[in-house]
Amino acid sequence: MHDSTYLDEARDPLIIAEDWMKNGKDVALATVVETWGSAPRQAGSHLVIDADGNFHGSVSGGCVEGAVVAEALDVIGSGKARMLEFGVADETAWQVGLSCGGRIKVYVERLG
Amino acid sequence: MDPYVLKTLNAERRARRAAVLVTDLGDGRDRVVREGDTVAGELGAAIGRAFRTGLSGSVEAEGRTFFLNAHLPQPRLVVIGAVHISQALAPMARIAGYPVEIIDPRTAFATPDRFPDVPLHAEWPQDVLARRPLDSYTALAAVTHDPKIDDFALKASLDAGCFYVGALGSRKTHAKRVERLLALGAGAEDIARIHSPIGVDIGAASPAEIAVAVLAEVISAFRSRGLERKGEAA
Repeated sequence: MHDSTYLDEARDPLIIAEDWMKNGKDVALATVVETWGSAPRQAGSHLVIDADGNFHGSVSGGCVEGAVVAEALDVIGSGKARMLEFGVADETAWQVGLSCGGRIKVYVERLG
Repeated sequence: MDPYVLKTLNAERRARRAAVLVTDLGDGRDRVVREGDTVAGELGAAIGRAFRTGLSGSVEAEGRTFFLNAHLPQPRLVVIGAVHISQALAPMARIAGYPVEIIDPRTAFATPDRFPDVPLHAEWPQDVLARRPLDSYTALAAVTHDPKIDDFALKASLDAGCFYVGALGSRKTHAKRVERLLALGAGAEDIARIHSPIGVDIGAASPAEIAVAVLAEVISAFRSRGLERKGEAA
């Protein structure tokens, strides 16, 4: 028996990921694996994405989620995990960045 | 990520047990490590740190890059006694990230009026703890001064391996308490884990100041979990 006071199941990306899989959805999981400087979400934070582009959770303060979702759709299609990097200092690699000046690395993988 | 690994991880989290998800960022393979599992080498040491600090991060080990995602249950604080100190302690601890529950069978003390927005059980600890057992991510502070109410909860917290156990009372009061707990079957080594007099020594005088001292002691105990056992764990 779980205790909802301590695990917020309605908003917990990993619980949602499990539910989505149970319902036969294709699911990708994005995880912040490294941060430099001021980053809005700490390492370990998750965004969970389904094949229709629905998502829960966060890997930043809303700055890069759109780009991560687009990448996640590719990862769901190919099954190949990707490492993404975002930051204002790295203008050439990505069009979106973090206004806070930090940099983050996000690992995107398919479930199953 | 392996769906079975996800299911295992979520089951551990729902059961309020600590787990570290280890992902090899090279080939994407992952597994769940439970607290107390033995993992050798540099990777094992890094996993031990993740359990202790609750911090997630990447680590280089054995020529590979792993991501360690630490999932620690939310720590919580159970207070035995709906007293003046508890009125200050409950909101402070909640803000600090340690949600509080209060147990006190004395219905004159345990009133929602005195404790708005706090889960409050106007029952004996025996009854509440049977329904909501203590665990190693729970702290327990016994502050009623009444052995009839405090003693059972203190024994239960030692048995459950609560990360913090504190009891209000002078050294003299505590000496008598030690005898009673021994009679209840608690081991001397366990009893030595009880913080009494309660709270970090900051010369606290008012109930609210004592609450600060108790909260500081709870945080200190949580952040140093496992440090004393480092030798055996390796």
